Amino acid sequence: MPNLVMGAGVLYFLVPLLWVVVAATKSQADLLSSPALWFADFSLVDNVGKLFREDGGAYGKWLLNTAVYSGASAVGATALAALAGYGLARFSFPGKKFFETALLGMVMVPATALVLPTYLILAELELVNTRWAVILPSLLHPFGAYLMRVYIAQSVPEELIDAARVDRAGEALIFWRVVLPVVRPALVTVFLFTLVATWNNYFLPLVMLSDSDLYPLTVGLTTWFNTAQQEAGTRVLFNLVITGALIAIVPLITAFVLLQRFWRSGASAGALK
Amino acid sequence: MSTGLRGRRWSTAHPVAGMLFVLPFFVVVLVFLVAPLAYAFWLSLSTRSLALGTRFSGLDNYVRAFTDPVLLDGALRVVGFGLVQIPVMLGLALFGALLLDAVSGRVAKVFRLVAFMPYAVPAVVGALMWGFLYSRTFGPFADLPVVVGGEPLDFFGPGLLLVSLGNIVTWAWTGYNMIVLYSALQGVPREVYEAAVVDGATPVQVALRVKVPAIRGALALAGVFTVIGTMQFFTEPYVMARFAPQVSGGYTPNLYAYNQAFAYSDFHYSAAISFVLGFAVFVVSYGAVLVNRWRARA
Repeated sequence: MPNLVMGAGVLYFLVPLLWVVVAATKSQADLLSSPALWFADFSLVDNVGKLFREDGGAYGKWLLNTAVYSGASAVGATALAALAGYGLARFSFPGKKFFETALLGMVMVPATALVLPTYLILAELELVNTRWAVILPSLLHPFGAYLMRVYIAQSVPEELIDAARVDRAGEALIFWRVVLPVVRPALVTVFLFTLVATWNNYFLPLVMLSDSDLYPLTVGLTTWFNTAQQEAGTRVLFNLVITGALIAIVPLITAFVLLQRFWRSGASAGALK
Repeated sequence: MSTGLRGRRWSTAHPVAGMLFVLPFFVVVLVFLVAPLAYAFWLSLSTRSLALGTRFSGLDNYVRAFTDPVLLDGALRVVGFGLVQIPVMLGLALFGALLLDAVSGRVAKVFRLVAFMPYAVPAVVGALMWGFLYSRTFGPFADLPVVVGGEPLDFFGPGLLLVSLGNIVTWAWTGYNMIVLYSALQGVPREVYEAAVVDGATPVQVALRVKVPAIRGALALAGVFTVIGTMQFFTEPYVMARFAPQVSGGYTPNLYAYNQAFAYSDFHYSAAISFVLGFAVFVVSYGAVLVNRWRARA
């Protein structure tokens, strides 16, 4: 009986994904005429070829932009979170208590409420419609800093740090050689979660970017979809939007299957009281 | 524990080192959190008009926000949506987590992995996918009633639109919440359950009376994050507007704030809406955290 219930769950979560896989193998004509959840003529290779040629290779640019935005944001946010987490977990300084309390509050500030005023600030600095307008705001990840603080407080022994100090190692060296290796699982977790957040982000790049060469996949695909809706018939795009959607989700799903160990430890860290 | 370095704890003797570690993060917080909030507040206190230019208008934008029927309608719609969708989703997630905690084996492993997959799908792609799946021309579901002689389902019609949106959100986030709750269950010492079983409790009793209270903290946290997400509802209705013409520019408060800024160039009013929205989310979620802490202590 539990297996039956879980089987039903698997179907619910999997069918939409299977649909994308099946639909990506169809031409636009077959998409409209053949059964939705079964294969017709196999046009996947043709679709992928067209996908990367459409609009002068726009899709390839979007894919690259997405990788750059999410890679840079994830590396930066993880580094900032690790540094701040260590500073808060193993040092005391005036204002620390206040900052730690504020950190919990920062987690609660909705990202989308910040996007519009951030747009206006970056407009003043003439940074809107540049890569920086997507990368810099994505560095803000208070939950990552909170997670690193908790993890470092639990797992980095003070004796280890003290021993390194007795050996006259500098603070930066201690952080790099003693602290970081111990907290690697937390680093991977924060990295993965920031990567997904930026990879999947839509509102921020939608607001910040107007030049289609700078779009990430999410914004690019929706503009194609809108075109397809408006000019139904004149341009063959629906099958390309679907193939593009498939290629946009494959890297992250692969990463999650391969890195199960880490996101599960991350999820349990997120479940801390 | 003393380090022996002049008898004082190193961490208190060298506060500057600690501050330097926190500094880069602090700068990002100042520039991309504190400054936007302050700027939004300042902007919201003025109004721009063709005749008068930009002038200080005090709380006018807030008075306008709290009496704007479009905004209030959107807010009510999101509250109503959340009152149904959040309990359904968290209930399913909790049920799945308890199931996973009680059962092991191949099916459980597959279920755990597959349920998490939608988390890796961008919300906008998820909304597009479901838009196709709901449509009569592309999808398999709309014509299901026709098979038994009924009317085709209109997933984008006024009767079903909120349900359709709720299903997209539920599909995307149930698995994520389930894994969070399941991980919390894994952290509860097994002896606690065994004692209850020895006392003659059935598995269902153990689940409801022992396991659920044991992970109340995780459940509250999942609830808070879900409420934050729901109050910012934007992507799914924004994408769905292409399928369903009745999704207006004020369908949700966040959509309204976006349209005030980019369709009507009214950044002052948009800032006021953003600020009210952010403040509401903050109060609700911080309140929930405090209540939960207080109850955990009592």
